[in-house]
Amino acid sequence: MKKQTKVEIWVGAFVLMGFMALAYIAFQVSNFSDWKDRPTYEVSALFDNIGGLKERAPLKLSGVVIGRVDSIKIDPVSFKAKVNMQIDQAFNQLPIDSSVSILTSGLLGDQYVGLEPGGDEEVLQQGSEIEMTQSAMVLEELIGQFLVKFSESD
Amino acid sequence: MSHLMGGFQGVLQRIGRSFLENIAVFGRGSLFILSLLSAVPSVLFRMDLLLKQIYIAGVLSLPIILMAGLFVGMVLSLQGYNILVEFNAEEAVGSMTALSLLRELGPVVGALLFAGRAGSALTAEIGLMRSTEQISALEMMAVDPLKFIYAPRFVAVIIALPLLVLIFNALGVFGGYLVSVSWLGVDSGAFWSQMSSQVDWQEDVMNGIIKSVVFGVLIAIIALFQGVNAIPSSEGVSSATTRTVVHSSLGILGLDFILTSIMFN
Repeated sequence: MKKQTKVEIWVGAFVLMGFMALAYIAFQVSNFSDWKDRPTYEVSALFDNIGGLKERAPLKLSGVVIGRVDSIKIDPVSFKAKVNMQIDQAFNQLPIDSSVSILTSGLLGDQYVGLEPGGDEEVLQQGSEIEMTQSAMVLEELIGQFLVKFSESD
Repeated sequence: MSHLMGGFQGVLQRIGRSFLENIAVFGRGSLFILSLLSAVPSVLFRMDLLLKQIYIAGVLSLPIILMAGLFVGMVLSLQGYNILVEFNAEEAVGSMTALSLLRELGPVVGALLFAGRAGSALTAEIGLMRSTEQISALEMMAVDPLKFIYAPRFVAVIIALPLLVLIFNALGVFGGYLVSVSWLGVDSGAFWSQMSSQVDWQEDVMNGIIKSVVFGVLIAIIALFQGVNAIPSSEGVSSATTRTVVHSSLGILGLDFILTSIMFN
């Protein structure tokens, strides 16, 4: 019987270690803490060109992450890219005339959506559409424009 | 002429025999898996047997898993650092270490070590039990070896491996932290924040756990089947043990490729 107790203690310690490892991975290593079901609301925006924006890219206000890109589709009417974003319910006071633009973090970093607040009394809520958008800067287009300007000035 | 015909018939006979034998092994294996699965619920009534097997498979494998996890994490981040520092991106060493551990190395290396440490022991134990006719003795006493011997070991392996892999991963990340932050001087804040922004809970952590469960089932089935089908002699048991390690290692690597292509596509 004593041997069985020893076995039980060891197995208990083993299982505990396993779960501690899981907790360590969840909270320290992965993004589990911002995966908790915080209440969110969905807004959408139409872009001419989203560049390299991906699903789950962050939505930032003054550099602070306030939401994520949920899905990217093509709007069947205007043929523009329709980006749906989930915004944390804690930020439910954003003016409805806010504008969004697709920016890049650093020179070679990932692309994210930057939100610039407007001044309207009305606020964004579930299902709102952000009217003012600015597309991603595509490097090839920029170079093209630069070359055109350059040859004009000659 | 008849001599040539005889040789031809011999070749044909050999092909046919090995084909039939393979089919027979496949059929026996499938039947064995089915009977094993039907005996799984009975484990619930004998928790003491299950605990003992978890102790043998899991707790006794802890030292090798702890050491291996620490060193794999350390060497990964050392190599990663040496490459990333050329691009001034040495902060990314944390996310690189964590992603390669959680997605691939943790489940695969953990399962390979486990197959060598616990799977081989399982085969040898059951093979010896059969060759010394302990299993027959149990059957004589109307004790079902399926419920009493095989099923607890089967479940114990499937429970122990995911836990071991989790511990392996956690220690690997810690080893990476030791090397890159404490030794090579990467900024600790950047190390953790890059890691947690890159590692996704569901995509990376959960898929890694699913992989380890699948590998656990694979190792358990191969080890038990080889033990049961071992030729009851010392040579037979030793070659069955070898087969367990070889087959489960190859199975793990092959399945890993299939699982990765399904999960991360």
